[in-house]
Amino acid sequence: MTPQTADTLIQVVYLIAAALFILSLKWLSSPATARRGVWAGELGMVLAVVGTLLHHGIVDYKLIAIGLVLGSVIGVPLGMVHMTAVPQRTALSHAFGALCVTLVGASEYYLRAPNVPPFMMSVLSLEVILGSLTFTGSLMAAGKLEEWLPQRPITYKGQNFVNLGLLAVAVGIAVVLVRHPERAHLFPAMLAIPFVFGIMMIIPIGGADMPTVISLLNSYAGLSAAAMGFVLDSKLLIIAGSLDGASGFILSVNMSKAMNRSFTNVLFGAFGQEQAAAAGAEQARAVKSATPEEAAGILTAASKVVIVPGYGMAVAQAQHKVRELYDALTKRGVDVRFGIHPVAGRMPGHMNVLLAEADVPYDKLMDMEDVNGEMPQTDVVLIIGANDVVNPAARTDPSSPIYGMPIIDADKARTVMIIKRSMASGFAGIDNPLFYLDKTLMLFGDAKSFVGDILRELSGSHH
Amino acid sequence: MKTDLLTSLYVFMLAAFIGFEVIRRVSPLLHTPLMSLTNALDAIAVVGAIILAGEHKSNLSAILGTIAIVAATSNAVGGFFITDRMLKMFKKSPTKKP
Repeated sequence: MTPQTADTLIQVVYLIAAALFILSLKWLSSPATARRGVWAGELGMVLAVVGTLLHHGIVDYKLIAIGLVLGSVIGVPLGMVHMTAVPQRTALSHAFGALCVTLVGASEYYLRAPNVPPFMMSVLSLEVILGSLTFTGSLMAAGKLEEWLPQRPITYKGQNFVNLGLLAVAVGIAVVLVRHPERAHLFPAMLAIPFVFGIMMIIPIGGADMPTVISLLNSYAGLSAAAMGFVLDSKLLIIAGSLDGASGFILSVNMSKAMNRSFTNVLFGAFGQEQAAAAGAEQARAVKSATPEEAAGILTAASKVVIVPGYGMAVAQAQHKVRELYDALTKRGVDVRFGIHPVAGRMPGHMNVLLAEADVPYDKLMDMEDVNGEMPQTDVVLIIGANDVVNPAARTDPSSPIYGMPIIDADKARTVMIIKRSMASGFAGIDNPLFYLDKTLMLFGDAKSFVGDILRELSGSHH
Repeated sequence: MKTDLLTSLYVFMLAAFIGFEVIRRVSPLLHTPLMSLTNALDAIAVVGAIILAGEHKSNLSAILGTIAIVAATSNAVGGFFITDRMLKMFKKSPTKKP
């Protein structure tokens, strides 16, 4: 095969791979065709890699083989992690993607300098700045999610000033390099400063902000890959990077809407800021509580039940018990649905995956809008490990820090039951008026054991 | 501006529009698999790393390229694998009750 034929062949293979990638995401739109989407993506990837190996400039196949084998050896266990660890695995994969992009960008600079045209140097700078900050930022996020690092946000005076200052210096260096690409001594600084910025950016982030942060890092990883596509003149990489960037962007916007944060607030990474202001006056108001026996009685008497899970359910590993409760009630003819708030959990869609793993059928998992429409006809809403996402103050109290945040309207159901360890407030430190309603019953205890106790009552009354 | 570059910008713009339209349609139910799948697709950056390592123009670029291949390949393998595992778990409720 002549080099020209090989080149044409490679370009055609890339074109097919690009089409397969778009189909892959299109098929993901429904659970019925979603797995076909994965196969399309895999086929596209394999075709593109095999095609690339035909590239005439390749002289050394040994390193490629080592890289591919080692990568597969690391990749398999990363694909086998437990479903509860999916958020940290996702953060880690953003870090790996960003690492790849940054290393390729740095090599390209050193191979081409000083002959780097201004536009090329601009996208190359964008590539390594985004890549470098996404790498450390994602590692930090993974560390917080895995609880190797403290989950609580760490804030100090002038934090935003320091962070934006760092970023400004990095951009300043990029501008100098665009005009003088021969000043190679500046290049390591352009890598190092975003590297530090990535760490600083995640320090003020608390666990509950993770869905937004992971989405944002996803978007950055995609954009940096698209920039790499410009540097290498690879249309396939531009397409894959834009798809990833668009996906991360859409999810970031969804998440920030679901937390009632403005989009600029998200873009500048000013997450954990509003939390400090939260703690309101805590009144010792009376609440009603109920035993597992009473709760079981109320649930069996209901004809329509909505379960609202939150991160607390995942922490207590209660999802399998919750599915048993779903089975027991469904068997008795109770219509049981799940109401999932977009930011429940630690990443977009987290609760759905956990419940699907526990064998809850996906057609019973409803998103916020749909479930809110049915709330007034719901007999019992059972809240497990969620708090702020069902706080009616978000609708009614303009002085509340979460005012305006869309919530699941649990207070519109006929009876509200809340499984909770104690009367401590949620992540935002905000009191929840839902607890004090006449129709609310607090079920004090660990989510997993309390649901287990309800199940025991249900099977007892059965005989 | 060179025509290559302009073509690339067109590709970027069109791909971004397609991305928005296609991904907007993905149900929130599948947002976690969406993120792991787009991540796996993003690992196509491996083609750049393969050329870098394979061309071996300098020792630095060959070493960095090889590390980049490892990082991207682990994303592709792990990403597709876990996405498929997740999607396998999503089941509809049985249509007929015994």
